[in-house]
Amino acid sequence: MENVLAIVVGILVACATFLILSRDLIRILLGIAILSNAANLLIFTAGRVTRDAPPLVPGDLEVPAGAYANPLPQALILTAIVIGFGLLAFALVLSYRAYVAMRTVDVDAMREAEPPYPDQSPPTGEDGRQTPLRRRGAAGTPTREAAQ
Amino acid sequence: MNSVILHTATRLLMSLILMFSVYIMFRGHNEPGGGFIGGLIAASAIVLYSAAFGATWARQALRVPSMSIAGCGLFFAAISGVFSAFAGSPFLTGLWWIPHLNIEVHLALSTPLLFDIGVYLVVIGAIVTIALEMEEAED
Amino acid sequence: MNWLLVWPILIPVLTAALCLLAWNAPGLQRTLSFLGTFVLLIGDLYLFAGVWEGGVQSVQMGEWPAPYGITIVADTLSATLVVLTALIGLGVAVFALGDIGVERETTGFHPLFHALLTGVGGAFMTGDIFNLYVWFEVMVIASFGLMALGCERAQIDGGVKYVILNLIATTVLLVAIGLLYGVTGTLNMADLAQVVPQHAEQGRLIVIAALFLLAFGMKAAVFPLYFWLPASYHTPPAAVSAIFAALLTKVGVYAMIRTFTLIFTVGQAYTYSAILAVGVLTMLIGVLGAIAQNDVRRVLSFNLVSGIGFILIGLGLGTVLGLAGAIYYTVHHIVVMSGLFLVAGVAQRVAHAQGLDALGGLYRSQPLVAVLFFIVAMSLAGVPPLSGFWPKVILVQASLEAEAYIVAAAALVTGLLTLYSMSKIWSLAFWRAKPEVAPQAAPGILDPGPLGAGRKAVLLTPVALLAVLTLAIGLFAQPLLSISERAAVALMAPDAYITTVLDEEG
Repeated sequence: MENVLAIVVGILVACATFLILSRDLIRILLGIAILSNAANLLIFTAGRVTRDAPPLVPGDLEVPAGAYANPLPQALILTAIVIGFGLLAFALVLSYRAYVAMRTVDVDAMREAEPPYPDQSPPTGEDGRQTPLRRRGAAGTPTREAAQ
Repeated sequence: MNSVILHTATRLLMSLILMFSVYIMFRGHNEPGGGFIGGLIAASAIVLYSAAFGATWARQALRVPSMSIAGCGLFFAAISGVFSAFAGSPFLTGLWWIPHLNIEVHLALSTPLLFDIGVYLVVIGAIVTIALEMEEAED
Repeated sequence: MNWLLVWPILIPVLTAALCLLAWNAPGLQRTLSFLGTFVLLIGDLYLFAGVWEGGVQSVQMGEWPAPYGITIVADTLSATLVVLTALIGLGVAVFALGDIGVERETTGFHPLFHALLTGVGGAFMTGDIFNLYVWFEVMVIASFGLMALGCERAQIDGGVKYVILNLIATTVLLVAIGLLYGVTGTLNMADLAQVVPQHAEQGRLIVIAALFLLAFGMKAAVFPLYFWLPASYHTPPAAVSAIFAALLTKVGVYAMIRTFTLIFTVGQAYTYSAILAVGVLTMLIGVLGAIAQNDVRRVLSFNLVSGIGFILIGLGLGTVLGLAGAIYYTVHHIVVMSGLFLVAGVAQRVAHAQGLDALGGLYRSQPLVAVLFFIVAMSLAGVPPLSGFWPKVILVQASLEAEAYIVAAAALVTGLLTLYSMSKIWSLAFWRAKPEVAPQAAPGILDPGPLGAGRKAVLLTPVALLAVLTLAIGLFAQPLLSISERAAVALMAPDAYITTVLDEEG
């Protein structure tokens, strides 16, 4: 079971890495969400997957009778989920604000805080044409051929 | 949203959801539930209210700034750990006080309960703030 | 004594809660904020005095015995750092009275500020590695709020980069902690210090150590991972960037020092040489970046990165002298960096300009600001007898003793380039006559309005105190040196730390 979960964690991390390397802010956030889920699953797997009694102490004993499942990974994951939820909610609000302020979700086009590129324009694709800024809500869907 | 059905249903559901959230919170000490999930349920009631009547009315219905609710919760949670000072125990040690009432109800007051109420309020405050902020940004 | 240990966490939490309760009363929030940091400083000083006299102290939260519960520990290093946190917190809280406008105060500046102090204090005091992660998150989420507060375009842009890279860093930290727990089965740092050296699978632990290095390195803004810092630190108000510059990266550095002296004592040949290489590159690349920048606070951001490199070489040398230098440098850097960011904020504000191309003539128009800037800037550059001189001497001496001549050379070159970078700001912004070009405000930066005499006094008082402090720890270096040495000795031989934590319940 641990091996299967380890492979799942690996696949999730690979997907997350792919998404985070994108220029689209929303994809990056989705990547981070997947990455934090991968981390949670990893803690779950690291705590050993066992089939045992719940870790409850009977009323007349000081310690649980017999083998019991490890409750700590779940406590850790619960904490991490709550924190990750808060951070992701904040990041979503911030990206929405960024989109409203800058009318783009292309992180390469966000140069408000730093000096502009020397030629005052975003980087160009390999064929020398300018990569289109992806503007949501503007006319037409973003074109992809220039980016290839 | 200007729908009579939603308005009427919201008025009815609000009280039910809020009551249920309090029940879930108190249940949480020994059974599934707790301050966090209770707070989420209560926040959903307020978000429902703002969906039906608008964020302005939701703010009015809260009467206090939504972040002050979170502040109150944070204060309860922090202060719940301080009570153990009077018992000579370290920070956050759980203390229990079971008053003897001449009725058949078992009442257990404790600092973990106070902490849980704090969590409940913090979650309501934080979620409602974010939700109302988002809703106002859309207008 | 027990209660002083939770002081650095409890007081800021209560202050933040009270500030939240006073949401619509900015005046009350200001009073609470000032009182909160003041009370925090007093308690932390008592804590430090207790640790200085009585050695390492610890308390088990909620009476759950170590290694199962969460332990709060104070040794010399953490006690020193919480005192500095409170000190800088007090200074910035006073500065904020004049710098932060009402619109930011009514959207939560004060609660977020104290939440940040809570996270920093918690991270310094905790003895549990998962709890360290939680305090990191408290700190990070408060800093996200402070970064975005006000919602100016530049702030949002800087905030996006800051938030994304910090989210990735904390996730990496979580993964590292999960793996460490999977391999060792414990999360208490003192317990880990006993388990890790005897563990059968040293190879895995070294890989985990590398993951920790990556995560803390991102937090501390070391060479290949620092890009979020200069992209964002110059966008929020000066008070916010000063507290960020003083504390946030230092928490990363502290975590690195703590874990790599206490827990990952295995494979130090690899990890310490990696830290040393990263440190050298960080200090050189940082200062080279600083020379190329135009915005004053961006120059300072790159200098901040460069300073992190100095601290890292002290750790990477792996000697008591090197660590003592690193701790001394940390203290110096916290004081000087917050002072520099504050005074740069004042300069940018009185001149209504952000960049070095538009600034000028400040020595003539604002002599007091100029003098204060000169003191802290020369201190950063390491000019004797200011506070930056001694840790650099110690670090160079330590690297010569360890026969790391390249490191010593790099440190000296960096010192020289830092001096160049600081004199560039001095000569362009303060010394030369005001340039003819029309001062163009950076896009999105709000003009906070004219600066009255009373408000300017509020802004300059904390800067002046920080300048006096850097003079004081430069002229009277011995007390701080003995503190650093004692902290370094305790870090290299953490027996007292381990026994205090684990024997508490016995």
